[in-house]
Amino acid sequence: MLAFIIRRFIGMIAVLFAVSVMVFIVFVLIPGGDPAERMAGKNPTPENIVNIREKWGFDKPIYVQYVRMMQKAANGFLPGKHGEYDILSSFQNRQNVAAEIKKGIPATFSLCIGAAIIWLFFGTVVGVFSAVTAGKVSDRLITTLALIGISMPVFWLGIVLRYFLAEKPNNPPFPDGEYVPLTVDPVQWAYHLILPWFCLSILFIGFYGRVLRSNMLDVMNEDYVRTARAKGIAPRRVILKHVLRNSLIPIVSLFGLDFAAVLGGGAILTETVFSLKGVGWYAAQSVGDLDLPPIMGVTLYGAFFIVVFSALVDFLYAFLDPRIRPT
Amino acid sequence: MAERLLDVKGLKVRFATEDGTVHAVDGVDFELDRGKVLGIVGESGSGKSVTALTILGLTRDRNTRFEGEVDYKGQNLLQMSESRLRDVRGNEIAMIFQDPMTSLNPVYNVGDQIVEAIMTHEGTTKKDARRRAVELLRQVGIPNAQQRASDYPHQFSGGMRQRAMIAMALSCNPDVLIADEPTTALDVTIQAQILELLDNLRADFDSSVILITHDLGVVAEVADEIIVMYAGRVVERGSKRDVFYDPQHPYTWGLLGSIPRLDRPKPKKLHSIEGTPPSLINLPRGCKFRPRCPHAFDKCQEEPELKNRVESAGHLDRCWLSVDEKRGVRDRTISGEARDVA
Repeated sequence: MLAFIIRRFIGMIAVLFAVSVMVFIVFVLIPGGDPAERMAGKNPTPENIVNIREKWGFDKPIYVQYVRMMQKAANGFLPGKHGEYDILSSFQNRQNVAAEIKKGIPATFSLCIGAAIIWLFFGTVVGVFSAVTAGKVSDRLITTLALIGISMPVFWLGIVLRYFLAEKPNNPPFPDGEYVPLTVDPVQWAYHLILPWFCLSILFIGFYGRVLRSNMLDVMNEDYVRTARAKGIAPRRVILKHVLRNSLIPIVSLFGLDFAAVLGGGAILTETVFSLKGVGWYAAQSVGDLDLPPIMGVTLYGAFFIVVFSALVDFLYAFLDPRIRPT
Repeated sequence: MAERLLDVKGLKVRFATEDGTVHAVDGVDFELDRGKVLGIVGESGSGKSVTALTILGLTRDRNTRFEGEVDYKGQNLLQMSESRLRDVRGNEIAMIFQDPMTSLNPVYNVGDQIVEAIMTHEGTTKKDARRRAVELLRQVGIPNAQQRASDYPHQFSGGMRQRAMIAMALSCNPDVLIADEPTTALDVTIQAQILELLDNLRADFDSSVILITHDLGVVAEVADEIIVMYAGRVVERGSKRDVFYDPQHPYTWGLLGSIPRLDRPKPKKLHSIEGTPPSLINLPRGCKFRPRCPHAFDKCQEEPELKNRVESAGHLDRCWLSVDEKRGVRDRTISGEARDVA
């Protein structure tokens, strides 16, 4: 088991390294021209450019450039487009990418963790219910609803929800506007997040429900489920202990990656539609401005979650399925 | 006289499918007394597994129709409520299945799966149930049972898994043990061990066994009585002695002929019964074996009933040929010569 953990950890480092190299290539090598000139902004003095070139090592070999950029990134600096690299003194908010991402994390985490709990719970309920009633009217009804959920684009659903439930005059039931920190007012925090949670989770509920339904229908035909029934076990217990347990294994990997993606700034549409100033919103703004450094930063940040959660999924998998448990 | 445990009368099972009604079991009668082993023989699709699953109510579905009776100690299992039937399943009538590789749940250890069977039917503590599970595993010949009980099914070999299945089936001292092709998925050497184990345990636990197989060689080892099924019905029934030494139905001859034997001259090729079993949706008119039977004649357009035609009273068959005719052509049919002539 220890060897497995060490192997997996080395793998994580390798993947993150590869992602950082790619991010570096995209920034330094692909756009062409002298990156120092781009970083110096409008009307730079020649000394200014030389200064930047020296500080970031653009006159040095590529590996030196890479190391320097990563060092700076680790300290919260990424080259900004509005001028100096010396970000703490001049263009603090615009330029300290790490700080901006950090600022977005509470909103993003609040949105994603809440939505993930909702979608995992209701996705499971929908899946179990439709698998148990497969073929009956209730299954068809719930299948139709799930397909509607999957088909509704998030930006459309978000705008409709926001317009009808939060913005229309005459006392809309939900508050419109921004994220209220949990530490400031937990009730308002939840109240403000209900619509975004719903909006983000609805697609996943439909999707997970469908996947779980088909997994469960497969597992129900397994011989060991027949064995369980032949033992005289009650149907509820057969479903929960023998069918669901085995059907949830593929859901775990799906969930790990989906959850990592939204935590890592993937909930761009939901955050943007509801003006939740999280990481996804920040990424959307940066893409809109063609501001490369924040995009780099968010990419690295997102890659970190994907890598960490896929490792967690592997551990959980080994826990759930003894057949792949390393010995 | 031994206690009558099971009495199956006129059992019919039909499945409604999109292609039509499948007549999976079409009139099966048999009785099972305590301590006896009943062999049910037939090829795939002859209705033997459906018969077994129906006894336990495992074929119940809204697309399934039943007729007849399955009396267990005087109670009709077909009419019994699902919750009452659950008390019978695993407790009074237990079942082991064909493929031990897939019949155990891969995510729970073997001991826990036996414990689950015990605790479903008996109000013991988990600790006691576990102790019993280990004892059962030891009885079915698992070495190091104490440790092996914590192993997962994938850590067991095929033969050991089938032993574990048997331990699980016996965990509540059932009166009837239904073994559905228990040795089909196993090596020949392991097959013999498993059969021997079943036979010994039957005596130890004072259970009756229904042994379902497509292999007459398997029932030859242990069965007291044999029924041969074809296309959902019984075509021949009798004691082991009757069926092996005086077989009356051409289908039984075919089954006997398809056993490779070392005590006979080596045939040019291994015998098989020509053709395939009939579709259970559109059954042939008359005798269901007629299209494949080398001895079919006009009368076979009508279906013969299952009745006694020979000296031995309990020996029944469904064939229009006279006993003398049958005895005349039988040996050549079994050895394959009749077909070569035809």
